[in-house]
Amino acid sequence: MSEVIGNHIIHKYLRHNKKFPHVLCPGCGHGIALGALIRSVHCLGLEKDDVVIVAGIGCSGRLAVYVDFNTVHTTHGRALTFATGIKMAKPHLKVICLMGDGDALSIGGNHLIHAARRNIGITALVLNNNIYGMTGGQCSPTTPHGSFSMTSPYGQLEKGFDVAELARAAGANFVARGTSFHAQQLDKLLIQALQHPGFSMVEVVSPCHTQYGRKNKFKGAVDMYKWLKKSATPVERYAELDETGQKDRFPIGVFVDNDAPGLEEQYYALKEKMRGRKS
Amino acid sequence: MAKEKGNSKVTIYPDWCKGCGICVAFCPAKVIELDGQGKARVVREEDCIHCGFCELHCPDFAIVVTEIERCPK
Amino acid sequence: MAAGRKKKRKELFALGNEAVVEGALLAGCSFYGGYPITPSSEIMEVMAQRLPKNDNGVFLQMEDEIASMGAVIGASLAGCKAMTATSGPGFSLMQEHLGYACMVEAPLVLVNVMRGGPSTGLPTSPAQGDVQQARWGTHGDHSMIVLSASNVQECLEMTITAFNMAEKYRTPVVLLLDEITAHTREKITIPREDEYEVFNRVVPTMPPEWYKPFEETVRGVPPMPPIGSGYRFHVTGLTHDPNGFPTSRPEEVADLMERMFRKIDQFLPQVSLYEEYLCADADVCVVAYGSVARSAEYAVEQARERGVKAGLLKLKTLFPYPRAATEKVMGHARALVVPEMNMGQISREVKRVNNGRATVRALNRVDGQIITPSEILKAIMQV
Repeated sequence: MSEVIGNHIIHKYLRHNKKFPHVLCPGCGHGIALGALIRSVHCLGLEKDDVVIVAGIGCSGRLAVYVDFNTVHTTHGRALTFATGIKMAKPHLKVICLMGDGDALSIGGNHLIHAARRNIGITALVLNNNIYGMTGGQCSPTTPHGSFSMTSPYGQLEKGFDVAELARAAGANFVARGTSFHAQQLDKLLIQALQHPGFSMVEVVSPCHTQYGRKNKFKGAVDMYKWLKKSATPVERYAELDETGQKDRFPIGVFVDNDAPGLEEQYYALKEKMRGRKS
Repeated sequence: MAKEKGNSKVTIYPDWCKGCGICVAFCPAKVIELDGQGKARVVREEDCIHCGFCELHCPDFAIVVTEIERCPK
Repeated sequence: MAAGRKKKRKELFALGNEAVVEGALLAGCSFYGGYPITPSSEIMEVMAQRLPKNDNGVFLQMEDEIASMGAVIGASLAGCKAMTATSGPGFSLMQEHLGYACMVEAPLVLVNVMRGGPSTGLPTSPAQGDVQQARWGTHGDHSMIVLSASNVQECLEMTITAFNMAEKYRTPVVLLLDEITAHTREKITIPREDEYEVFNRVVPTMPPEWYKPFEETVRGVPPMPPIGSGYRFHVTGLTHDPNGFPTSRPEEVADLMERMFRKIDQFLPQVSLYEEYLCADADVCVVAYGSVARSAEYAVEQARERGVKAGLLKLKTLFPYPRAATEKVMGHARALVVPEMNMGQISREVKRVNNGRATVRALNRVDGQIITPSEILKAIMQV
């Protein structure tokens, strides 16, 4: 291992009839997350035909169109519902959901917890940039308490969701958090997630300088990556820190790692059993 | 992963570069700089240790780092 | 089977909702995603029993109606004949994805068993208040096929028709029932295999690199491969070009919108389904659909007995509105009576196509009670 699967590989997975560079802003972490996803698919040797990317609405949703898989750009917050239908109908497909924080946790919060609860065999990437980027920088359900946005001009009074904790509580089989700064770790997390049965969720903390950083004392996109470098702490080390140490830091790594069979596996096993009974 | 200096070729596609500066800021060998048009440019390729950071963290897939191919001795 | 001897038709004593399931399975439905709601729940319950036993059947109870439609569209894109069923409040939630299905041209069948509204309304009483919502409920300009059924046998037949139209025209089809039709139990006949038609989706047969998922064709309906069959393409709710990629170029936007209308409009005669009963010489013609059509049929017979030349135009397609059929009866009838369990949602269509010669009399009832034959008879005798 440890050979760099570089961009020359990624270029083979991009749609050659799409215009590049993509629409996202300079320094947006989403492109890095997409790169990690492509590398993971490549490392696992998955066929392009067997991969389905189901995306929601927002900056994260715009990624799907650029990759040469089966891609479905759905409605705001509902990507998981479409993905559920696809996975149940064609369980051999690798179904991957790309969602943002507003997408997955606000308008699609119900779908996220139920996808986790029913343990459907989907890998969900929540690209968390703490803001509604595409609509112009309104606060999202992960905008941290006290931070500024177009709709919290005097500071956000509400608390933000802990995405990983939410997915854990809802029963997801595999829950992890990575960041756009830790691309190699993200590759590993995604490879693990894609190999897991049932519902796996990877939160990717992905900076948005244009809409979030500018309003919250980050001079440039690079400053946000420096912040990620400083504050993202491996979960094992984070657990050893005291409260002051944990302040201004957040854990990254694997939080939940279970092997319960996915819903589609159970369903098709049931069908098989019933067929046996019939004959 | 890091290799000897002088064995790597860094290719940047200016058409795809948006000049975010991530590669410039984090390159451990200071191989890349932003040029007058705000695009990343390779200035010290011989110092590249092929860590792969710039390639992995370019949000626009605009950098490719390869080993310099030499004729077998 | 012995040569020349036809298999006996199976008969059932079934609810309208159960007949929907029978029809769906005959049509090849292999996916049901839904959320329970009175008075449609029997459809879901029977599907939950039947689909897992089918070779490729998938049944899924989703977290809400929005999710149900999402799953149904997902399954449709994956190649299934897919359906859901709901009632008013759920129908409102499904409008979001009904529009998405129009935009990505995903075939599906949505059965809405109408109950009293607005809002939670009258959960166990009949109504026909969702007619215009079925046509116009989702945002943006779009075409929509809306069908109805007036008895249990028709529930079965119209469900098959709904699937066939959905697959043929790559469009969502709404089947409107009302609580009466859905909860009436009567004898139905399951047609033999050679007695009904099943239309299967047209799939592309060219090499994948040449396939354009939203390209113009003779019928206006592009072939549609199931996800994972080697034809990789992009599906989006954004306005898209023939390749499926988002576009805002006016000429490409216009091409897409016009094709999506044309693909249904150019087949109006095939899509407009109706039945004429004693219409040929009618002076007074009742235009009705759903359970009201049954009351109307009896009322027309009663009127005839009293010497009034009455007829019935029973609409099975509500949208696109069967204009030609209505104009035909208007050619000789001097008055039209339109009884509905709403404040006049189809009568406004009848008035719209009226060239001014006939009198159109709306007979409306919104108290959660059925419209009786005597009410309709009274209206016939008055006009």
